[in-house]
Amino acid sequence: MNIFVCVKQVPDTETKIVPTADAMFIETSSIKWIMNPYDEFAVEQALLIQAAHTGSTVTVLRVGSSKDTEALRTAMAMGADEAFLVEAQDNLDSYSIAKALKAAIAKSGKNPDIILTGKQAIDDDCLQVPQILATMLDIPSVSVVVGYEGSASEATVKREVEGGALEVYGVKLPALIACNKGINTPRYASLPGIMKAKKKPLTTLSLADVGVSDADRRVKYSNFQLPPEKPPGKKFDATDSTKQAGLVKEVVGLLRTEAKVI
Amino acid sequence: MAKILVFTELHGSHVKAVTLEILGKLAGHTVEVAAIGSIPSEATADLAKFGAAKVHSLKGSNLDKYSPEGFANALQGFIAAGSYDYVFAGATSVGKDLLPRLATKFDAGMASEVTNFVMEGDKFFGTRPLFAGKCFAKVELQGPKPHFVSVRPNALGMNANPTSAAATSADSNVDAGAIRAMIKDIVKGTSEKLDLTEANIIVSGGRAMKEAANFKILDELANVIGATVGASRAAVDSGFAPHAMQVGQTGKTVAPSLYIACGISGAIQHLAGMRTSKVIVAINTDPDAPIFTKADYGIVGDLFTIVPLLTQEFKTLLGK
Repeated sequence: MNIFVCVKQVPDTETKIVPTADAMFIETSSIKWIMNPYDEFAVEQALLIQAAHTGSTVTVLRVGSSKDTEALRTAMAMGADEAFLVEAQDNLDSYSIAKALKAAIAKSGKNPDIILTGKQAIDDDCLQVPQILATMLDIPSVSVVVGYEGSASEATVKREVEGGALEVYGVKLPALIACNKGINTPRYASLPGIMKAKKKPLTTLSLADVGVSDADRRVKYSNFQLPPEKPPGKKFDATDSTKQAGLVKEVVGLLRTEAKVI
Repeated sequence: MAKILVFTELHGSHVKAVTLEILGKLAGHTVEVAAIGSIPSEATADLAKFGAAKVHSLKGSNLDKYSPEGFANALQGFIAAGSYDYVFAGATSVGKDLLPRLATKFDAGMASEVTNFVMEGDKFFGTRPLFAGKCFAKVELQGPKPHFVSVRPNALGMNANPTSAAATSADSNVDAGAIRAMIKDIVKGTSEKLDLTEANIIVSGGRAMKEAANFKILDELANVIGATVGASRAAVDSGFAPHAMQVGQTGKTVAPSLYIACGISGAIQHLAGMRTSKVIVAINTDPDAPIFTKADYGIVGDLFTIVPLLTQEFKTLLGK
C-alpha cells in the first residue's frame, strides 16, 4: 500500500507566544518547534498499517518553514520511509496548505491508498486541512478517529462525537483518516531509528513547484493580541475546618450576586 | 446587507443553542436557517424569535444519519441555488467536520471556531483564539463566495431581547449523491448529559480525585447545578475518567459560563481548553497552584470536603 502521512510543525505547548510588532503574526525566532501532537497518532497509525501490509511504503509530507525539519525527521526516525517538505512561511492558511499537500502527493509519483493526518493542529486549531484535502482529492474521509481496523481495500473506523458517542464508519479506500488521541499509542523514535532517519530521502519543493500562490489565500489574519489580562480573582483560605462552611456559602452567594452565573 | 444561511442540527424538537446565539448576532441581515430533516414547529418558533426569516427543511434519501459526503453534497446543491453570501454553523462535531468540506466545494474559505464576530455591511470580521488561546487574532475571508464561518458554542451568548417574529417554512429536496464513508453503527456514550463543548456549566476533576469512584462527588454537584462533568489530562491518563471527558489541549476546548476545577493544578495544556470560560472557580489544596492565577474564585482547601459543601449550599440556594 502507498501510505501517506501529513504532519505539521507547531510551537511547543510550553512556548511563550508574543505577537510581532506589526501584530500580523507571532514572533517565531525563539520558538521550540515540535511535531503537532495529533500527528504522532497519524504517523503511528501509518506504521501499524505498513506492518500489516508487506511491501507498503510510508511517505510523510509537511508544508512549512525549512529552518527546522524536526517534525519530518521525527516521523522518519519513528519509521517513515521518505519525506517531502514544501517550503513556505509558517502562517499559510488551511486552503493553501491542503492545495500544496495535494500537489506534493502528485509529485511523489505514487497514488495514495490511504492518507493519515492528525485531527487538528494545535497552532491555529482550525480542523480544516484533512477535510479540505479529502474534498480536493475527491476521496472519502472520516475525522476525529479513535479506532481503525482495515484491509488493503476498506476500513472500519470509529469517529468520536458529542458525549463520547462513537460513529462506526465503513470506508472504501483510498481514503483520508484524521486521527485523534486514543487510536493508538505512538512509539518513541529509537536511537538507531534516529541515525537511520538521517540517511532517508527528504525532497524539498517550493510553493511555486506545487502551484500555490498568494491568490490561494482564503483566510487573512491580523491584529494578533495577547488575551486581556484577567483581574486577579478572589481567593479564600478554606484550610481551617471551622471556616469552610461559611466560606463555601460566601462563594456560592458571589456566584449568584456578583458573577450572576447561577 | 448580506444574505446569510445558518446551518443547524436538530436536537429532538429543538435546535442546538449555538444556532440561536448566531442568529442573535446577525440581527438586521436577511437570515435563513436550514437543517437536514424536518424542522419541528417548536424549533421554527425559536428560530423566528431570534431573527430567522425563512426556515428550510432539507429532505432526501440516505440523510437520516450524518455522513460527511452525503451532508456536504446535499447542502452544496441547496446553497448554490440560494446564492448566499455567508454560511454559518456552530462548531459542533458535525459543524467542524462538514463546513470545511462544503467550503472547498465552492473553492471558498472558512473561519473556524470564532468566539466573536461583527458584520460591517456585507463584510465579516471575526475574532478567534490561536496557539491554545495564548493569543487572539482578527480573521477575515477573501476569495470566492459564499464564505463559511463556524462559531464556538457558548462564546457569543444569547441575545437577551429577541424580537418576536414569524418565519416562513419551506421544504426542499436535496441529493446526498454517492457516499463512500457511511455510518454502520453508533455506540452510545457514557453520558446522556449535554456534551462538554455545549455545556453551560462544567465541573472538572484532576489528579487529586485519586480514583475513578471519587468522581461520584462531582456527579452529585453536577446534578444539582445542571453541569456536565469533565476531567484533566492527568485524571484521564491515570484512568480515573475516559478520554471523552478530557478538557484541554488533547481533549475538548470548552467555553462554559461557569467552570469549577476540582483538584486541577492548571497545567498549560488544561488552561488551553478552558481559559475562555466566563467564570472559573478553582478548588485546590496547593495555594500556589497555577489554576488560581486564572480563577475568579479560588478556594484553597481539600476538594473532598469543599465539593460536598458546595453541593449542599447550591441545593439550598436552588431550593432542591
